[in-house]
Amino acid sequence: MEFFERFAIPHPSPMIYASMVAIALVSIGILVGITYFKKWGYLWHEWFTTVDHKKIGIMYLISALVMLFRGGADAILMRAQLSGPDMKLLDGQHYNEIFTTHGVVMIMFMAMPFIFAFMNLVIPLQIGARDVAFPRLNALSFWLFFAGAMLFNISFVIGGSPDAGWTSYFPLAGNDFSTSVGTNYYMLALQISGIGSLMTGINMMTTILKMRAPGMTLMKMPMFTWSTLIANVIIVFAFPVLTVALLMGTTDRLFGTHFFTTTNGGMDMLWANFFWVWGHPEVYILILPAFGLYSEIISTFSSRNLYGYKSMVGSMVLISLLSFLVWTHHFFTMGQGALTNSIFSITTMAIAVPTGVKIFNWLFTLWKGKIRFTVPMLYSIGFIPLFTIGGVTGVMLAMSAADYQYHNTMFLVAHFHNTIIPGVVFAMLAGLTYYWPKFFGFMLNEKIGKSTFWLLTVGFVLAFFPMYITGLDGQARRMYTYSEATGFGPLNMLSFVGAALMAIGFATIVYNVYYSYKNSPRNIGSDPWDARSLEWATHTPVPEYNFARVPQVFSSEAFWDAKKKGHQLFKGELKDIHMPNNSGVPFIMGIIFFIAGFSFIFAIWIPAVIALIGIFVCMALRSFELDHGRHIHVKEIKEIEAQYEEVQGNEARSHTTTRV
Amino acid sequence: MKFKSGLLISLMALVTILAGCEPLLVLDPKGPQAERQASDIMLSIGIMAVIVIVVLVILAVILFKYRASKQPDDYEPPHIEGNIWVEVICIGIPVLIVAYLSFVSVQSNYIVESAPTGYENEEPLVIYASSSDWKWHFSYPEQGIETVNYLYIPTDRPLEFKLYSHGPITSFWIPQLGGQKYAMADMVTTLHLGADVPGEYMGRNANFSGKGFAENIFNVTAMSQKEFDEWVEEVHERAEPLTEDVFNKLLEPGHLGQMTFTGTHLEFSPAPEHNHGSDTDDLESNHDDHTSHDTQTDSTNVETDHSGH
Repeated sequence: MEFFERFAIPHPSPMIYASMVAIALVSIGILVGITYFKKWGYLWHEWFTTVDHKKIGIMYLISALVMLFRGGADAILMRAQLSGPDMKLLDGQHYNEIFTTHGVVMIMFMAMPFIFAFMNLVIPLQIGARDVAFPRLNALSFWLFFAGAMLFNISFVIGGSPDAGWTSYFPLAGNDFSTSVGTNYYMLALQISGIGSLMTGINMMTTILKMRAPGMTLMKMPMFTWSTLIANVIIVFAFPVLTVALLMGTTDRLFGTHFFTTTNGGMDMLWANFFWVWGHPEVYILILPAFGLYSEIISTFSSRNLYGYKSMVGSMVLISLLSFLVWTHHFFTMGQGALTNSIFSITTMAIAVPTGVKIFNWLFTLWKGKIRFTVPMLYSIGFIPLFTIGGVTGVMLAMSAADYQYHNTMFLVAHFHNTIIPGVVFAMLAGLTYYWPKFFGFMLNEKIGKSTFWLLTVGFVLAFFPMYITGLDGQARRMYTYSEATGFGPLNMLSFVGAALMAIGFATIVYNVYYSYKNSPRNIGSDPWDARSLEWATHTPVPEYNFARVPQVFSSEAFWDAKKKGHQLFKGELKDIHMPNNSGVPFIMGIIFFIAGFSFIFAIWIPAVIALIGIFVCMALRSFELDHGRHIHVKEIKEIEAQYEEVQGNEARSHTTTRV
Repeated sequence: MKFKSGLLISLMALVTILAGCEPLLVLDPKGPQAERQASDIMLSIGIMAVIVIVVLVILAVILFKYRASKQPDDYEPPHIEGNIWVEVICIGIPVLIVAYLSFVSVQSNYIVESAPTGYENEEPLVIYASSSDWKWHFSYPEQGIETVNYLYIPTDRPLEFKLYSHGPITSFWIPQLGGQKYAMADMVTTLHLGADVPGEYMGRNANFSGKGFAENIFNVTAMSQKEFDEWVEEVHERAEPLTEDVFNKLLEPGHLGQMTFTGTHLEFSPAPEHNHGSDTDDLESNHDDHTSHDTQTDSTNVETDHSGH
């Protein structure tokens, strides 16, 4: 029995028991369902072993949406607990676990897979390629992310969740003050998914640098491709820091080393530095692809080319460089002295300049345009003023002397949500609506989409703007309760109302998918938005090989110019297409990594060692494997293409007669 | 357009709520450092509000003027690459704003990191503020007094807080007297504060430090030097001395009320002033004398023993 005691929850509550039962029932339901409908083969052949960037993108997308609701449930619990003084919904320990998992889930397991989803779905299409550079590595990236995410998410039913904040500062996260296995989960789950992210970084960089269609020079790449390239360069430079820091933290916790302890020569401040040397670039890893998506969407729905292409690229390069020079602003209050703070204060404020340039370029793209208020466009338009507010409060925080008053308060919480929600989350929802028809063959309902947008925007303003005020009134972040005398009550209640509106807003997204699946017409053609870049030049839904003929590119808006100026994108004869074979190894490695992670978390050494050996065996097997992929022959391509043309012909005819 | 009005209404609602309340702590400064910070905050809010309004107005005008429903069907938006002068203005104005704010920021850094202005000639009062889970210990080495969870300070005299922690990183913060600074286990940080006005102020740990963090607060009372001296005398007459055993009991995780002692814990458990930032010294002393390392380990063990009571 003693062996099993370690898996018990250290601080159980009825809510956790209820979730345990729910998780067990849902898992059993899914397994029984798949078996009953005989879908195991389908799942294995079409999804678990796939190396197709589109399918991997869809798996990232689904995971991100699921995690959005997981992190959102944490958020609404927190706002409910703080909605009035001395609330008793959560106790201190439970609240600490919830804000920790909220942060980790939202950044690592919601925002990251969301941007990876769009990179996977869009980048090969946008550069006219047939897949990413290393398709099997791409599948491995996904399964490592997924293993990490699942590992992190079982923490609250097996062994207890981490409770030291998503920043996990030592010595609080060390063995002396975090005695449960929670922080082990943090270290191992982030490590596994972080390795996946690093691989994606290498993969996407290589894809964009080596696999662009003929004619697409660097300065003719669409803006989303540019933003993805830069974000992945940042990944490759920043994530190794996280990897090393997590490794050091893991050895501190499991093997008694003293990297971050306060005795025997350890240094707790070192963790904070490492964490933010990764952590600050991380926020630009999230925001730059979001900027890219906004650029595509604003340009499409203004029916205009993106204003100031060169300065857009230049500003992103500058942002990526500056992102590595500002980490200290996360702890101006650590006592580095006036000189250090002054330097980092200036570098931080400097980021406002390239960011401001981007805001103005988007405004000038709208200028003289023909603005269509579609759902993706609404998110993009809402983004501009809301993100500007988030940005200028960032400049305020960058004034280090004043930051002594903002630091660790709700003002800071308001600021970073004010950049991440309109900046990243709105971009992801805009991208979701914008690219949905390309991959699923029908549009999401515009009317429901618009109510989602309004619920989220009003909810966002109500939830987060009051925090600026309570922060200046002395409400520290991460407090699970406050007394009535503080006077924080009414504004926190307003925040809760806003959070509830946002929750309803997110629920309408699910309803929209269901409603549109039932009711939306399927005859939408391949270019429903009158868009401008290459991904819209191929069929909808996209065939396995993306493009039957590799496109010839003449400008950064290749598809628009093809439509307007009559450039011919697809020239020449059909040729056999070389495609990679599916492989089960990435999925299996994901499982082995999961087992390794779990064993390390609970310090069960025998399976840990076996799993580690298993990982190296998989890698060795791969290097001896003779797999040259397969070819899709011209005859087969012709058949597939003919099918698409037939469908399109039918659609064109039915379009005039019937409307579903 | 609905978006604009929605945003404006909610902003106005916020301002109304704001106006109906007591002044916000941070914007109601009672000391020179906090005043400087509050004026920086108000200055930046002003400049930033102008930027936000300008962006909002430009956006509103453009959306209104160039919406598709207002334009003829055959309107083809022009292809515009960008204009060097427009770009120069778009870069130039933010550069000027940032340069100005940087200037203010650097100046403020040096001001808040030095003794408060207005009473430079006074001798600073040195107070060691150390945190343990989840309390604050205030040691007045000159006065030979130690308090728990409350702080008496004289007005119109520079205060020099020496901060460190007996556990996780905490952050010492009295919003109305000035911004916060971290207290850490392996080094001592210095925070300069000053109080102009007698009164009671809220102080707290602002940095998350575990289960009891929310209640990790303390009261600050500012009074004239004369009253302060009287209080010191009174403490020496009435309070019990702080012994090592008593202090180690105080360090155990939990919450305590306000307590007063004569003597400080610094005498038997000194602040880690030379522990960190001088690793080389440690190494050298290890070379010179191997026992020093052992002593250190011993003292750690002793501490763990006590916390296990």
